[in-house]
Amino acid sequence: MSHHETTRTKGTYALVAEFGSAQDLLNAAEKTGEEGYRKVDAYSPFPVHGLSDALRFHDVRVPWLIICAGLCGGFFGFTLQWYTATIDYPLNVGGKPFNSLPSFFPVTFECTILFSALTALLSVFILNGLPKPYHSIFNTPGFERASKDRFFLAIETQDPKFDSEETRKFMESLGAVAVSEVEE
Amino acid sequence: MALTPLNDRMITGEQSYATIDQSISSMIIDQKRHNRPWWIMFAIGIMGTGLLGMAITWLVYQGVGVWGNNVPTAWAFDIVNFVWWIGIGHAGTLISAILLLLRQPWRNSINRFAEAMTIFAVMCAGMFPLLHTGRPWVAIYWLFPYPNIMALWPQFRSPLMWDVFAVSTYFTVSLLFWYLGLIPDFATLRDQSKNKVAKVILAIACLGWRGSNQHWHRYEQAYLILAGLSTPLVLSVHSIVSFDFASSIVPGWNVTVFPPYFVAGAVFAGFAMVLTFAIPLRKLYKLEHLITMRHIDWMAKITLATGLIVAYGYTLEMFYAWYSGNPNEWDMTLLRRLNGPYSWAYYSLLICNIVAPQAFWVPKFRQNLWVVMIVCQFVSVGMWLERFVIIPMSLTANYLPSANRMYYPTFWDFAMFAGTIGFFLTLMSLFIRFMPVINIFEVKDLLYKMLGHHDAQIAETPVEMPEPALGRSL
Repeated sequence: MSHHETTRTKGTYALVAEFGSAQDLLNAAEKTGEEGYRKVDAYSPFPVHGLSDALRFHDVRVPWLIICAGLCGGFFGFTLQWYTATIDYPLNVGGKPFNSLPSFFPVTFECTILFSALTALLSVFILNGLPKPYHSIFNTPGFERASKDRFFLAIETQDPKFDSEETRKFMESLGAVAVSEVEE
Repeated sequence: MALTPLNDRMITGEQSYATIDQSISSMIIDQKRHNRPWWIMFAIGIMGTGLLGMAITWLVYQGVGVWGNNVPTAWAFDIVNFVWWIGIGHAGTLISAILLLLRQPWRNSINRFAEAMTIFAVMCAGMFPLLHTGRPWVAIYWLFPYPNIMALWPQFRSPLMWDVFAVSTYFTVSLLFWYLGLIPDFATLRDQSKNKVAKVILAIACLGWRGSNQHWHRYEQAYLILAGLSTPLVLSVHSIVSFDFASSIVPGWNVTVFPPYFVAGAVFAGFAMVLTFAIPLRKLYKLEHLITMRHIDWMAKITLATGLIVAYGYTLEMFYAWYSGNPNEWDMTLLRRLNGPYSWAYYSLLICNIVAPQAFWVPKFRQNLWVVMIVCQFVSVGMWLERFVIIPMSLTANYLPSANRMYYPTFWDFAMFAGTIGFFLTLMSLFIRFMPVINIFEVKDLLYKMLGHHDAQIAETPVEMPEPALGRSL
């Protein structure tokens, strides 16, 4: 770990502060957001509500993707039944109309659910950039506790407001257990 | 008995995030925690799986004639077992999805193994209809719509086709839901594992999860929506299963109350099965602080409530038999059940499903684990008998008395059923050994909420969480 704080060295990914509790992380995140840092991310062992608001992170693409996929699934399910039952293979069953709407409802519904659920999982993977076996944040000392009982806040060097000295001073004022410079 | 106010203590003992981690993840990291009881369960499971393999081999070699099914009883043990297993799976989805939507945080300690149970139960269930087709390797073009050179399409007006879609969607969605919830826990295990091979496998399984706020943000959006999708799905699955019967004209099947009554029965049987696994699990692996008596109490209450809905369903079946004015319906649903050759099954079913769960009205019985375990076994047997009474029994006497014929299961019917129980036990024991049986991060989240979001106090030393106050509520 290099500690040259004079210039923004090329190999630095972020300054990372470590906290002992979600409560401390949330307070720190709020201050960081107020301070105007935007290329920030928090790391916690469980979802801490309020962090997204504090860090000004808004993303509603997942629900929109899911509803679009659900509508496509419903359309696909119905069209499949309508096409096979009325055009490609019309078969008179007990005098029922070829396009037997009520009978086609269950499969339409199941297809809606199936497409939505698959999209829910895929959208989480794709938008989160998973799978991603390596990430710079893993270089943080003690980061293996981020999935256990420690909470981390990273301000990336890419942030327009980032200044290695000012930012470090700011992070040290947040009451962190440790502040470390993390390599790319 | 004095009236004591109930509280919602869902975690007890001296706890911090690290102790929660320790009690759950050590079941995977410290393999020495699994001793004799685990091996006994696994050995029984493997023997059952062997029996299943034998039953399937003989069935495929000889054909479905080795079963007792014969016209008019074309549906018998295979469909009974299918419906029973699917029903058992439903509690998992109810716990993981519906209780999440209803903001019941006590689900956090039990959802993981209930979901595992769902997946394994659906696997057992799926075998039966597939093998019932006789030639499962060609069933693909009977069941799934794909453009084939015979220019054939499945018949979408049939409830059996709906079943194919409902069950396969249910299995897929349950698996996705389960895996999504497992990813953060795999990451936790990856970070704690000392074994190189285990670390690599876990690192692949968790896809490089790093617990970033942006990850959690999208994770929670997707998880909540998946819960919202699973809720109507689980209701639809057993409704559609019940359509297999309700939409026919067979006396004893043609009842409009079937969908809600089947769903309630499914949850009833499922909670009994969750309790059957939860009680020994918490004892053997010392998880009493995470699966508390409060959880057992709540699950027993749900079992009682759904049991009462099932009892209402039995009453309505009788009412409809009378109200329909159909003499065959009346003959099957009332006369034959109360006084026919299978009346022993019907009376046993009433004792198991209606009489036995009434014990759960008494708080003392809900706190006695032996009573809870015994009642749950009654419920499991009772729900199996319910499907037996509905499915093969209704087929033995139809509109044409000359076609009436008794149904007798064969050795292979029992072998296949016992085999699936063994298969289920095998999968459950492997799950207990190699996967986190309790959702680690959701329990941490629960602890954070129980501390009123003031978790700085547990950063250094664990804090004592009070015991739950049990008893009658005010």
